[in-house]
Amino acid sequence: MMTDRFARALGWTSLALGAAHLAAPRAVTRLCGVDDAPGATTVARLVGGRELLHAALLLGAKNPAQWAWSRVAGDTMDLGVLGRAAANRTGARRARALAALGAVAGITALDAVCARRGSAKTKGPLQVRASIIINKPREEVYHFWRDLENLPSFMVHLDSVRTINQRRSRWKVKGPFADLEREAEIIDERAGDLIAWRSVPGTGVSTAGLVSFTDGPGGRGTVVDVSLEYGAPGRKLAAAVARIFGEHPKQQVRDDLRRFKQVMETGEVVRSEGSPEGHRALRQLHQRPAQPIGGRA
Amino acid sequence: MKANVWAGRNRLEIQDVPDPQILNARDAIVRVTSTAICGSDLHLVDGYIPTVKKGDVLGHEFMGEVVEVGPGVRNLHVADRVVVPFPIACGACFACQDGLYSVCENSNPNAGMAEKLMGHAPAGIFGYSHMLGGFPGGQAEYVRVPFADVGPIKIEDDLPDEKVLFLSDIFPTGFMGAEMCDIKPGQTIAIWGAGPVGQLAAASAFLLGADRVIVIDRFPYRLRRVQRTGAEVLNYEEVNVLEALRDMTGGRGPDACIDAVGMEAHHPTPAIYAYDRTKQAARMETERPYVLREAIMACRNGGVVSVIGVYGGFVDKFPMGTVMNRSLTIRTGQCHVQRYIEPLLDRIRAGEIDPSFVISHRMPLSEAPRGFELFKHKQDECNKVVLTP
Repeated sequence: MMTDRFARALGWTSLALGAAHLAAPRAVTRLCGVDDAPGATTVARLVGGRELLHAALLLGAKNPAQWAWSRVAGDTMDLGVLGRAAANRTGARRARALAALGAVAGITALDAVCARRGSAKTKGPLQVRASIIINKPREEVYHFWRDLENLPSFMVHLDSVRTINQRRSRWKVKGPFADLEREAEIIDERAGDLIAWRSVPGTGVSTAGLVSFTDGPGGRGTVVDVSLEYGAPGRKLAAAVARIFGEHPKQQVRDDLRRFKQVMETGEVVRSEGSPEGHRALRQLHQRPAQPIGGRA
Repeated sequence: MKANVWAGRNRLEIQDVPDPQILNARDAIVRVTSTAICGSDLHLVDGYIPTVKKGDVLGHEFMGEVVEVGPGVRNLHVADRVVVPFPIACGACFACQDGLYSVCENSNPNAGMAEKLMGHAPAGIFGYSHMLGGFPGGQAEYVRVPFADVGPIKIEDDLPDEKVLFLSDIFPTGFMGAEMCDIKPGQTIAIWGAGPVGQLAAASAFLLGADRVIVIDRFPYRLRRVQRTGAEVLNYEEVNVLEALRDMTGGRGPDACIDAVGMEAHHPTPAIYAYDRTKQAARMETERPYVLREAIMACRNGGVVSVIGVYGGFVDKFPMGTVMNRSLTIRTGQCHVQRYIEPLLDRIRAGEIDPSFVISHRMPLSEAPRGFELFKHKQDECNKVVLTP
């Protein structure tokens, strides 16, 4: 948040600088000591136009900080021009060009800090959260989930889950070339309320999950809330899965929950001829025609 | 089997497609004995409903004979005659248990798609775009019917197809349009659209105790037809509807107004019609909402505007100030057919109404594209087409 405010401030600076360059190009060229060069006012106007572009990006974007890189690029151009100007000038003009060069260098440093922070922000653990309300009593919903071997009935990417003991289980994930296997352990559990698990350290990936079960308002059904966190190696796995299946982990979790609701309420995953596997984000982009499927689906 | 397939905007084809198969335990396969062309099919054919795909089998109004049931269907058996409601509903979710079957939370496998456009997803519907489930429709020899233990109603042999077929859509739809008006004795109901749904809404309004029903359309043959229900009529190409309704109701306006037209309404003023028509053609808005605007303007203070005409997306210039300042209530919905099908079957059986009065044309399924042409362009006084596979 702080970084975004910082980036917006830089955006306003761009707006002010751009306006100054366009409104008073002569004053700007004099200040920078380049008022003797032919075409200097044209260059000043062009720079002004560029500043307005930065302003639009930084003030208009949802994540402004990463757009600060556009300012860093602009600063580099300005430093080049001012450096050449300072080298070719003497006396008062040289002093003014050097002062401008110093000011731009300072601004460049600020822009770079902002842009780096904006880019770094997206690199934390990947977190995903989704919830759904199910028209069944909490105990029933909880018990179905707690029997982890039921999970593949609604999580389409899971091939199988085998419980090893009360806490440990082995999960087999479908892969395009080979199946991936990992072990998970339950790290916290309150019967009827929540189940928390994480992948067993040393199995290559790091994921952690929490599913909570609460009564819907007025005792109407059960709210199921799932949070998942993919740590550094797990994040890579999630990205790989997203590439292979064309689905973002967030969509996967939401689709899984919809199928979970169908299984709990209707007894199975609902299929149409257009979407024979039921809810699945990828299928929504590549629908089969709504006509009967030849041969068994 | 043969099926009527959408082959592109304004292009329909009878094609050979695979026979349907059981995909879920609660499915049944129905051999279609009668199916119909519905006004809302025209929005699909015209290409105004998003997510229709080439190869989709159309049709959502049908009945037939059960030829196969999945292991989860206990209440239906092979050879049972059934009428199938057009919305697919699981019967177990919060919406179904509240009687809101057309917004069933489980029957739409493409709910994520519908959410993008509508915020939350409605139920799946037979033959009505992928956003509404991607289910093949009933203008075919056979249909897979999901949740067959919830929706379809068994018909004993004594009633012919024509008397009960419309229980699958237009009769309950017209009835719900009238029911949403909360009709009290002595009331006047105005209905825009004298198509089959408007005609059945008029008949239903009388069944529910309306004193006067005024129906607005521009086709004299449809207006003549709706007069058979006892309704008065207005031709909007001949009179100013708002003034006429004001004069007919002592200046107060109708107690309730039913929009039985929806997104492809016409307007008598060419300039206004051209404006929305152009925007719709350029896909800048999905609706031409003249009827909705006019129904809102016409309704008496504190009255109800009941919307059963189909809308697909976004409306421009909606008179919200009128709705708010004049205490209007807007009620809407795809029909919750499962809620009405049994009581309405009882009314048919008791002889209170025979919805077959809307039928004007009968033809084999193989002539479905011609039936659509007649119906769409109001040729040959076409009112309602029933197809037989």
